[in-house]
Amino acid sequence: MANRGGNSASRAGGSAGTGSNRTCQFKLVLLGESAVGKSSLVLRFVKGQFHEYQESTIGAAFLTQTVCLDDATVKFEIWDTAGQERYHSLAPMYYRGAQAAIVVYDITNQDSFQKAKNWVKELQRQASPNIVMALAGNKADMANKRTVEYEEAQAYAEDNALLFMETSAKTSMNVNDIFMAIAKKLPIGPPPGQPQDTVDVNQPAQQQKSGTCCK
Amino acid sequence: MDEEYDAIVLGTGLKECIISGMLSVSGKKVLHIDRNNYYGGESASLTPLEQLYEKFHGPNAKPPSEMGRGRDWNVDLIPKYLMANGPMVKMLIHTGVTRFLEFKSIEGSYVYKGGKVYKVPADELEALATSLMGMFEKRRFKKFLVWVQQFDESKQETWQGLDPHNMTMQQVYTHFGLDDNTADFTGHALALYRDDDHKNQPFGPTVTKIRLYSDSLARYGKSPYLYPLYGLGELPQGFARLSAIYGGTYMLDKPVDHIVYENGKAIGVKSGNDIVKGKQIYCDPSYATDKAKKVGQVIRAICLLNHPIPNTNDSQSCQIIIPQKQVGRHYDIYISLTSNTNMVAPKGWFIAMVSTTVETANPEAEILPGLQLLGPIAEKFISVSDIYEPTDLGTESQVFISKSYDATSHFQTVCADVLDIFQRGTTQEFDFNKITHLSLEDNE
Repeated sequence: MANRGGNSASRAGGSAGTGSNRTCQFKLVLLGESAVGKSSLVLRFVKGQFHEYQESTIGAAFLTQTVCLDDATVKFEIWDTAGQERYHSLAPMYYRGAQAAIVVYDITNQDSFQKAKNWVKELQRQASPNIVMALAGNKADMANKRTVEYEEAQAYAEDNALLFMETSAKTSMNVNDIFMAIAKKLPIGPPPGQPQDTVDVNQPAQQQKSGTCCK
Repeated sequence: MDEEYDAIVLGTGLKECIISGMLSVSGKKVLHIDRNNYYGGESASLTPLEQLYEKFHGPNAKPPSEMGRGRDWNVDLIPKYLMANGPMVKMLIHTGVTRFLEFKSIEGSYVYKGGKVYKVPADELEALATSLMGMFEKRRFKKFLVWVQQFDESKQETWQGLDPHNMTMQQVYTHFGLDDNTADFTGHALALYRDDDHKNQPFGPTVTKIRLYSDSLARYGKSPYLYPLYGLGELPQGFARLSAIYGGTYMLDKPVDHIVYENGKAIGVKSGNDIVKGKQIYCDPSYATDKAKKVGQVIRAICLLNHPIPNTNDSQSCQIIIPQKQVGRHYDIYISLTSNTNMVAPKGWFIAMVSTTVETANPEAEILPGLQLLGPIAEKFISVSDIYEPTDLGTESQVFISKSYDATSHFQTVCADVLDIFQRGTTQEFDFNKITHLSLEDNE
């Protein structure tokens, strides 16, 4: 992943980054219907923020956040759908190379749970067979309006070998936990089969610092 | 769907996706539609392999089992490489789209001369060793290259007496005592001209193109070309994601009946029973056939091989240029090769594409000199595509149509067309300072 993400070493310092503590970077994609709180989960995880009326796009190519395990530091490169899920127009690029996925539904919206199952199928079809998948029942703070039972979702998750938690981006319940649970399941070490000799397109150009582009 | 869009973009080919991204970044409300259920239009990389077989050989065609897993294939429909120092790479960097993609250098660049394939020297050692030209010619050529490197059209002292306004490229070759073979090599394998017209024109643009080649080569060493992992189809997807990040709405698999006009000005697009309103339409020529004219044809042969191309030092990816004169044509023939190293084919498989501008009534015969260099071909898919240009520049109609993808092997003309369309559509040049998400995401 030569050209993605920035200086991965800088964050490892927080965990008393000795030589033995490796930093591994993973691409994580979010899936789920519009308005189930995908972006809110990420914003809570990455920035500790929550906005009641989150705009439907977050305006970032992807966000990064790091979690520290005992023997390694996991840096997540988190891709948001940028709204392209709305009319089922997510590009294959989105799934490409993803090592982890969180499929999100809204516990107050039965339909979003059914759609989540479709996203799981889509991942099984499109993504790498080794992808670590988690199911997040979001908006757990609104349990009084619940239409998806915890047991139902848990049973489905077990059948499909998914990590499962109910989360709340609003109260931050289980938000860090679900990312941590994923981090623990990820293979720490260089991903197999990745071509290593890609070029870093950004590097020399930043030095050039030319204001004009394409004449 | 009741809202009105600032722009409706039709087709998710590379040009339309770049334009869509630029418009969204500029704050326009964009709806982007494709009639296909996949991104990329003419500039898609087809996957799985079954999709390629169905497209060319009919709905029941199936690839043979020895070609491996279908989804390990990503087969480009048009062959192009990115010049490492060219405008497409700059556009990718300035828009941040590089962050969605990974690139590799193409391993080698080759040129055909007198029935043989020669490596285009990539460094001084290779230049000394090459049998492309004799020893004395090499010295003259080196003097010429030194002059090219220091030439600056805006500084007369660097011209060394060669006036870019009055002298043709042929006169420059003559000045340095370079023979026709070297001129052929320089114009076609370095400056990447597809015919010889440039020889009789002022030399400035040719020198610029040679510089682009050598600056691109200097960037990563092996060749001047870059290619995205998983195929060129990643490029439109990357720019589509850019557009979506800035609020663009995407609908694939959406039929488009026609553009709707009122008093000669576009007001939207009809799709089934819906009319989607939009102030401007941007599209490829297939969505506005009444406003485009055919200006030529390109033939492209996609060849699946289970071996590298002979005489290319087992390159896993390369380009071979057959200069027109070598085979008695007006336009060059290009061969491009990609493989498992580029994540476009399973291990042991290669995709060679042979292409040229059509000059005769029998286009398949025209690419034979290219096909003959490939060795045994496991499967061949041939397409002859019409090249369209808009007949309406959109000033009144507000319909802005891109040109079809031409036979050039890189993206210079693509970028030029996109910037021209953007400028016509918005009456201003694209402001790369409006890209803000790059600082947002690195929140460390």
